[in-house]
Amino acid sequence: MSRKLRQQLGFTLLSLSTIVVVLPILLLVGYILVQGAPAISWEFVTGLPRDGMRAGGVWPAVVGTLLLTLGTAIFAVPVGVAVAIYLAEYARDTFFTRLIRLAIINLAGVPSVVYGLFGLGLFVIFLRFGTSILAGSLTLAIMTLPVIISTSEEALRTVPQSFRIVSLSLGTTQWQTIRRVILPQALPGVLTGIILGLERAAGETAPILFTVAAFFLPRLPSSIFDQTMALPYHLFVISTQVPGMPVRIQYGTALVLLTFVLSMNVLAAVTRSRFRRKRQW
Amino acid sequence: MAESPKFWLDRVSYVYEDGVQALRGVSLHIYSHQITAIFGPAGGGKSTLLRLLNRLNDLTPGRRLEGRVLLDGEDIYAPGVDVHALRRRVGMVFATPVPLPMSIRQNLTYGPEMAGVRQRARLDELVERSLQAAALWDEVKDRLDEPGIALSGGQQQRLCLARTLALEPDVILLDEPTSGLDPISTAKVEASLQDLKQRYTIVIVPHSVQQAARVADHAVFMLQGELIEEGPGGSLFTHPRNRRTEDYVTGRFG
Repeated sequence: MSRKLRQQLGFTLLSLSTIVVVLPILLLVGYILVQGAPAISWEFVTGLPRDGMRAGGVWPAVVGTLLLTLGTAIFAVPVGVAVAIYLAEYARDTFFTRLIRLAIINLAGVPSVVYGLFGLGLFVIFLRFGTSILAGSLTLAIMTLPVIISTSEEALRTVPQSFRIVSLSLGTTQWQTIRRVILPQALPGVLTGIILGLERAAGETAPILFTVAAFFLPRLPSSIFDQTMALPYHLFVISTQVPGMPVRIQYGTALVLLTFVLSMNVLAAVTRSRFRRKRQW
Repeated sequence: MAESPKFWLDRVSYVYEDGVQALRGVSLHIYSHQITAIFGPAGGGKSTLLRLLNRLNDLTPGRRLEGRVLLDGEDIYAPGVDVHALRRRVGMVFATPVPLPMSIRQNLTYGPEMAGVRQRARLDELVERSLQAAALWDEVKDRLDEPGIALSGGQQQRLCLARTLALEPDVILLDEPTSGLDPISTAKVEASLQDLKQRYTIVIVPHSVQQAARVADHAVFMLQGELIEEGPGGSLFTHPRNRRTEDYVTGRFG
């Protein structure tokens, strides 16, 4: 076989592999879109479920997912970013910090249902938060932490070392350097990590299963100690637990969830590219 | 000289974490209102010596320092010394110009602001004065809010010099400040140094023997961590006393 032919064969295989990756995503989104679009209406998104969820809308689940995402952010973002700053800027390479890193990597690998069980044990039962938005948010926050920490730490480490040295040579403290020079430069990466982490939290079913999600609760929660419906769990319920469920509503719900998660993805991409254009190194 | 030295290095030795001995028993006086040039081949300990003077070497873990470094008679490594105040007093310009990722104006006000200067008028004054002193004012006075990185290489280095001047330091350390610059920019920086020495103590690691000869009032030749010879700029390059200095200055090695 000639070298030229082999090269062509190589390129063909590589582009085919790329198509294999892209195709399922297009098919999935397209399928959900086609099946779910007929169900979508203002009433569907903002209405309460009726007739044992076989009619009506998904509003309580939408609100629940929004609240849980917000709650996750409130707990996970400050802690996650703080840990990332500590690891990237302050921590020396010691046995202790290696242990922390190892813990974070392993935390990222824990199956989400195990987080659910852990949240049930710690927040719902031991801390007596009950099955509540508070318990669910905390559980999701712990699950999200590794993502936020590792992406933020990576973003901080990408900021050139020379900025740190120059800033410190001007007589600033290390915290001033981080606050005024390093963090602003790492912000796009940090924000991307936060959004990707929250996006995962928004779409998860298992961690909220035992900690917050309500099977059927056709009203909005009034406090953080209330249960709430949430889109992923609602989708699971109406897909497997309710006989005689119209397919239209199942796919409509899937489409709402998908739209929510994908728009967070787009937000992450836009944030990143907007800041990257402004970046000065 | 009757005047007491600005810096007094008293038998200073310095070992890095990996065991490399960068300085071996260096004793040196550095006087105000003149340019002290520390030159010699790479790895001779020039940069290490410079970074000892503003304690920038604190950032490298595991250092071992022996001897004393006195600034106006005070040991800068004594416990309780305010390192941040020291670094404002002993400013530094690096080999590669690194404008911080902010506007030209912010590059200049950043240091003073972090040190607590808040009055707008005072900051404006610092901006103009330091840019004037670094011979950059005329070129950038209408574009102070553009990013520092938008300047040319030579302008960036003068911005970095101005940024150091905005701290109103006593001493200015320059580590091969013209190594990345073209001859015209280099000449501008060297000319500014001649003006600046009227008011400051200047310590420079020049990027060549020729530059050392051009700018030095007092020249210090260093080789493998040892101070080989020092003397007035004029005579050290024309009549070196030490054989190794002569070999280096005449280009036999290095």
